[in-house]
Amino acid sequence: MDKSPVDLLASPSLASLLKSLKLKTKQQELLIRVSILCLVYVLAFITRLFSVLRYESMIHEFDPYFNYRVTQYLTQKGFYEFWNWFDSESWYPLGRIIGGTLYPGLMVTAALIYWILRFLRFAVHIREVCVLTAPFFASNTTLVAYFFGKELWDSGAGLVAAALIAICPGYISRSVAGSYDNEGVAIFALLLTFYLFVKAVNTGSLAWALASAFGYFYMVSAWGGYVFIINLIPLYVLVLLITGRYSMRLYVAYNSMYVLGMLLAMQIRFVGFQHVQSGEHMAAMGVFFLMQVFYFLDWVKYLLNDPKKFHTFLRITVTTAVGLGVIALGVGTASGYISPWTGRFYSLLDPTYAKDHIPIIASVSEHQPTAWSSFMFDFHILLLLFPAGLYFCFKRLSDATIFIVMYGLTSMYFAGVMVRLILVATPAVCLISAIAVSATIKNLTQLVRAKSKPNPVGPGKGTSSTKASAKGSPDQSMPFQRNGAIALLLGAFYLLTRYAIHCTWVTSEAYSSPSIVLAARGAHGNRVIFDDYREAYFWLRQNTPQDAKIMSWWDYGYQITAMGNRTVIVDNNTWNNTHIATVGRAMSSYEDEAYEIMRSLDVDYVLVVFGGVTGYSSDDINKFLWMVRIGGGVFPVIKEPDYLVNGEYRVDKGAAPKMLNCLMYKLSYYRFGELTTEYGKPPGYDRARGVEIGNKDIKLEHLEEAFTTSNWIIRIYKVKPPNNRW
Amino acid sequence: MAAIIFSLLALSLSFFTVISSSSLPGLQILQAERQIDLTSHIVRVYLTLKVENIEDAPASTVLLAFPPAQFDHLALVKAAATVGKKRKKSYVPLEVNPTEQPSSPNGTKYYAISLLKPLLKGETTTLEILYVFTHSLEPFPVEISQSESQLVYYHDSAIILSPYHIKQQATLVKIPSNKVESFTQVEPTHRSGNELRYGPFEDQHPYSYSPIIIHFENNNPFAVVEELEREIEVSHWGSVQVTEHYKLAHAGAKHKGVFSRVEYQSRPGGSGVSSFKHLLAELPPRVHSVYYRDDIGNISSSRLRTSSKKSELLIEPRYPLFGGWKATFVIGYGVPLQDFLFESSAGARYLNYSFGCPLADTVVDKLTIKVVLPEGSQDPSVEVPFAVKQSLETKYSYLDVIGRTVVVLEKKNVVPDHNVPFQVHYKFNPIFMLAEPLMLASAFFLFFITCVAYLHIDLSLRK
Repeated sequence: MDKSPVDLLASPSLASLLKSLKLKTKQQELLIRVSILCLVYVLAFITRLFSVLRYESMIHEFDPYFNYRVTQYLTQKGFYEFWNWFDSESWYPLGRIIGGTLYPGLMVTAALIYWILRFLRFAVHIREVCVLTAPFFASNTTLVAYFFGKELWDSGAGLVAAALIAICPGYISRSVAGSYDNEGVAIFALLLTFYLFVKAVNTGSLAWALASAFGYFYMVSAWGGYVFIINLIPLYVLVLLITGRYSMRLYVAYNSMYVLGMLLAMQIRFVGFQHVQSGEHMAAMGVFFLMQVFYFLDWVKYLLNDPKKFHTFLRITVTTAVGLGVIALGVGTASGYISPWTGRFYSLLDPTYAKDHIPIIASVSEHQPTAWSSFMFDFHILLLLFPAGLYFCFKRLSDATIFIVMYGLTSMYFAGVMVRLILVATPAVCLISAIAVSATIKNLTQLVRAKSKPNPVGPGKGTSSTKASAKGSPDQSMPFQRNGAIALLLGAFYLLTRYAIHCTWVTSEAYSSPSIVLAARGAHGNRVIFDDYREAYFWLRQNTPQDAKIMSWWDYGYQITAMGNRTVIVDNNTWNNTHIATVGRAMSSYEDEAYEIMRSLDVDYVLVVFGGVTGYSSDDINKFLWMVRIGGGVFPVIKEPDYLVNGEYRVDKGAAPKMLNCLMYKLSYYRFGELTTEYGKPPGYDRARGVEIGNKDIKLEHLEEAFTTSNWIIRIYKVKPPNNRW
Repeated sequence: MAAIIFSLLALSLSFFTVISSSSLPGLQILQAERQIDLTSHIVRVYLTLKVENIEDAPASTVLLAFPPAQFDHLALVKAAATVGKKRKKSYVPLEVNPTEQPSSPNGTKYYAISLLKPLLKGETTTLEILYVFTHSLEPFPVEISQSESQLVYYHDSAIILSPYHIKQQATLVKIPSNKVESFTQVEPTHRSGNELRYGPFEDQHPYSYSPIIIHFENNNPFAVVEELEREIEVSHWGSVQVTEHYKLAHAGAKHKGVFSRVEYQSRPGGSGVSSFKHLLAELPPRVHSVYYRDDIGNISSSRLRTSSKKSELLIEPRYPLFGGWKATFVIGYGVPLQDFLFESSAGARYLNYSFGCPLADTVVDKLTIKVVLPEGSQDPSVEVPFAVKQSLETKYSYLDVIGRTVVVLEKKNVVPDHNVPFQVHYKFNPIFMLAEPLMLASAFFLFFITCVAYLHIDLSLRK
């Protein structure tokens, strides 16, 4: 049995306590392991509760509001209604078939938890369940990480992996309480699938392979990132085949996982037949056939029993197989049976693709290439431990370590392409770093122990005995080995402490604000809360007609439908680029042109976000160039240079005339010229951009101000009915 | 426009008298003084009647008459008899009930006041009567813009409607400010500042009626709670948890056109004068864990002041309420059990809690009070000082098996004067308190037993 490094953690008093319990060593180890896991489980949950304690139990950001709304619908109307839901409240006048265009995993999970709790007579509100789903699954992920680490290396590495992933900021960023998003459960599902698959490969057991197929099914139901699994696993199998690690275990694991996983995944309506029809899934199918060829070759090799003949046969078969595969792929693609790769997939392989071709993907901040600082921010010391872990993995190469190495390297690449994919890399980075930490500490403790073993006095007697024992020791090659080991151990301890401190700080400072409620420090150091978003949404909900249509930039679509309960023109499900471009065009046109567009879309209210009074910088004026770009991408009437002066984006007196008179400018700055925002500055001073606005005399002809929130962050305008013709 | 024509018509028709043969004999009113308080949106009428019996048969009830239109808006009628003279004057509350009369002219509705002791011939008694109308101030113009102030109509009669002959009477109308657009002139009428005086009128026949209309400025918050559901949950573990769901609306003149934040911010006195920003809720003393939220989350703008006598919660809806705007929200709080739950006799307990709405100066159109009794309580009965609709429900909360009994009380048209205590009596066996902790403990016990069993049993097929 391996002595895990956690044995060290047991302080003398704990050791004596354990002694008094008269437990065997194995039982002691089990007790320590279970209690550490329990603590990690609890820690992973509570470290994600900063936002609940600081603000309230609420849903964060944008997409979670859609998920929340859908979950509410699911719990109120039941599964079949949900599955057949046609939502007429979004994408007016097109509507959206919700059941067929979402990954239901998250909502069904939350609804199940809710129903179970209700059945057990816990009178919880569905909101609480939704808020706490992500932390709960983060806790479960730590358990999976433990078992995965145990499978990869040993139980010590598993424990370290569980502890690392519990507080890793890269994961926390998407799983704090309230961020009720697909990723919250998907990372759990992803890691579970990988763990079960590696287990299946290691054991060759059908049961584990089937379990991994079900894990894959859960992943498919939860997040579009399942494409990563269905490409990584074939790639891994391919690498094993190439390195000559083909085995019956691999054959059983991959085939059963692939076939069953594919059939199960087809049950998700949003995914449908993509596994056999889309180019993104073809690698898995190719590897599946390749596996059969390998099996066949194995059989032929056994029958022929002659290497020479076999080689000739091998050449012929492999050439025909590859040739057939290429022809099939070519025919499938040409005939349109196999759909080509999507833009998102291309943008993963070529980071510059989105910028040139799909502005709507490029406009999202989380789709930007990752900066070095955010790697450091999200991984901290793991970034340094990762290569060390890779070294250990290569040193003890096995089927399992090859998997984790491949997972780590590929996901690291994707994390570099898109900020949000750091999330996918996090489990791999934690596992590989855990191997590094665990292996290092284990080696060091063995050094410390090896020295103390021949000496019956033990380590408790301190340094005086060290010299004597060092002299007495036959191994004279490294005189300060023990001290060095102790120093290194202390260093490791220091690094891990820094990591824990960093993670807590990042979680508390960066990842725990709901972004619906903005908090700032007042002049006297007190906390000032800007609750303007909810003020506006609740105003819409209470004081506009039930069937009012709201036009806003797509960012706010989900929030308006969920909190305002009103119909929107576009929302965060950016499935129809033309529709979004129409809104972008309306926002960037002159008022009378925009009025025509709004009339044609039946718009009753227009909502803009404006940060000029508070200095809130992610407002619509700062996003405006994306509206112009996206609008101009479909309607060439809108040209980006019209809004710029010498390539510069300005809102003050020197701004382009089209900029000063477009709808977005008018709606943002209507009557703003009368307001003094900062002492000593002229009226109409925009605090978000630090300039005095260029057009203070804004007259609206077809719209009227319907509501402006107390800090002006949200402004709502009513579209007037057309004038009488007489 | 129509209303003005109507008021002119009313003027020309004033002093019409309904000659009715069925005028109730027996009593006559020597002197009547009426004071109509129009300063808030709840109309309070204080009436002092000096009643004399002029017939042989002793009279035990005195009737109050209301026109049908007013009767629908009547929230409360209270009456008290004055006992004693001058210094030693005291008031004894009397029972008031709605009654039907066989022949009531023009659909007149009645309330009967039961006297303490029957009035013999020639005897007199003095009655103090208070009645409260809601939704009786009609905004005109119906829609106003942000810069205008709110004008309302009040309809009534210059002469007190009564089934009895009134010898002498006068009416005083109090108005919030001295901005009166118009009022019906009925000789003699006096106006001084914010007071209007009709009368004195001498010797009016039964059912005399003289319609008047007063058109005046009233910028008081017309806060109306369209629906209020109060859930009072009793836990014998030491706390009473109250949750109140409000549907608040501004029932004054509708807001029209633009809402300009610049103007609202820069001219607090001149812009949106009829709108209101905050409301005051009076909560019991020693209140704890107060929250104020709505469907989409916590509302951060509220302040709680507590003292040993009372707690005051100043709530600010997310946005100022202009005419016709609505806001829904929830206020919840806990209060210590010993302040509200008392033991009456062996095994029987009663909850003593305040009826009505804790918000100051608001009308509640429909009030539902749900008293959730602890699981296992029996024989609930309710004591409320006025008529309410009662029913029973069952509610399942944390770890309930048989469900909790819920006493549901419903009442329409509730005003702050209804904030009087009511009692719910029930029987409860304290052994039920242990049910839930025991259930939890046994669940954990079972869980650990299963763990132990799992660790000790080898389920594998191979040896």
